[in-house]
Amino acid sequence: MLDVPADRPALREVHEALTGRFPDSVLAGSFEKGELAETIRAEDLLPVLRFLRSEHGFNCLDDLIVLDNVRLPEAPAKRFSVLYQLYRFPGDVRVRLVVDVGEDEPLDSVVPIYRSADWAEREAFDMFGLRFRGHPDLRRVYLPDDFDGYPLRKDFPLEGKGDGL
Amino acid sequence: MSDPQPKHPFILTRADHFITWAQKNSLWPFGSGLACCAIEMIATAAARFDIARFGMELFRASPRQADLFIVAGTVTNKMAPIIRRLWEQMPDPKWAVAMGNCAVCGGPFPTYAVLQGVDKIIPVDVYIAGCPPTPQGLLHGLMTLQAKVARSRPTKEILNPDARRTR
Repeated sequence: MLDVPADRPALREVHEALTGRFPDSVLAGSFEKGELAETIRAEDLLPVLRFLRSEHGFNCLDDLIVLDNVRLPEAPAKRFSVLYQLYRFPGDVRVRLVVDVGEDEPLDSVVPIYRSADWAEREAFDMFGLRFRGHPDLRRVYLPDDFDGYPLRKDFPLEGKGDGL
Repeated sequence: MSDPQPKHPFILTRADHFITWAQKNSLWPFGSGLACCAIEMIATAAARFDIARFGMELFRASPRQADLFIVAGTVTNKMAPIIRRLWEQMPDPKWAVAMGNCAVCGGPFPTYAVLQGVDKIIPVDVYIAGCPPTPQGLLHGLMTLQAKVARSRPTKEILNPDARRTR
């Protein structure tokens, strides 16, 4: 894929609208590889997403990605970073929202805003043990229901626990 | 018979030989294609390698109509109870082949998600190594299985029902 110029007017517009509307929620913003990445406070996730969807036409939540920060050299304050990949079409505009969340802190489910978050949040629960407040059906997706642990956490042993049966 | 007619031909053989001869030349595989090994299994069934030469061309989609379980591919822990159940649904006499390194021992996946060998849940007669095994490898394994069937003594089970699955 072509690396579109970092400073796209559409992205700058979104960035300015976000910082203008939610001056306290947006902790940091940057342009990376033609995409906008905004770190926002976990409490303000739903209003920010609702704003982006209804007033800036981000009609698609592409994916939800979780990073486990536990073994980073400069460990951030929170254990996990959750990345919401938003997409606007037509127009090919992408915005990434970054939310830092601790191990025992629940996040608000974004299913009421983006239905595509349903299985994505179930996967995050399955693999990382993140809890999503208000999710309609938060249970495992890939692993057996009686699986012990969350295997994509960095401190989970690759071979699993027990005899693997 | 009081008046044997010498012109009617007949063959004498052992019942075991006759039964196993029929069994080994008419194995009905249940193709459980779980991963990439399935592609080699399908190639084996197609015209070029032609598993029909060994009387095994009738791949069944139902375990109840099969007597040869070819476990072709990675068995995940989530899939394991289903594999076990399919095996139990197959009528006796039945045989199992672990095709590929994953089914043999977990292969390249020594992980939390993969069963480390299908022999942890079902009795395996022949192990076929390879990643995946070539069609020739699968055919060699199946011929090995035929030799094993030919050595078995099915009449033992008929005469002594307690000796079920003694092969």
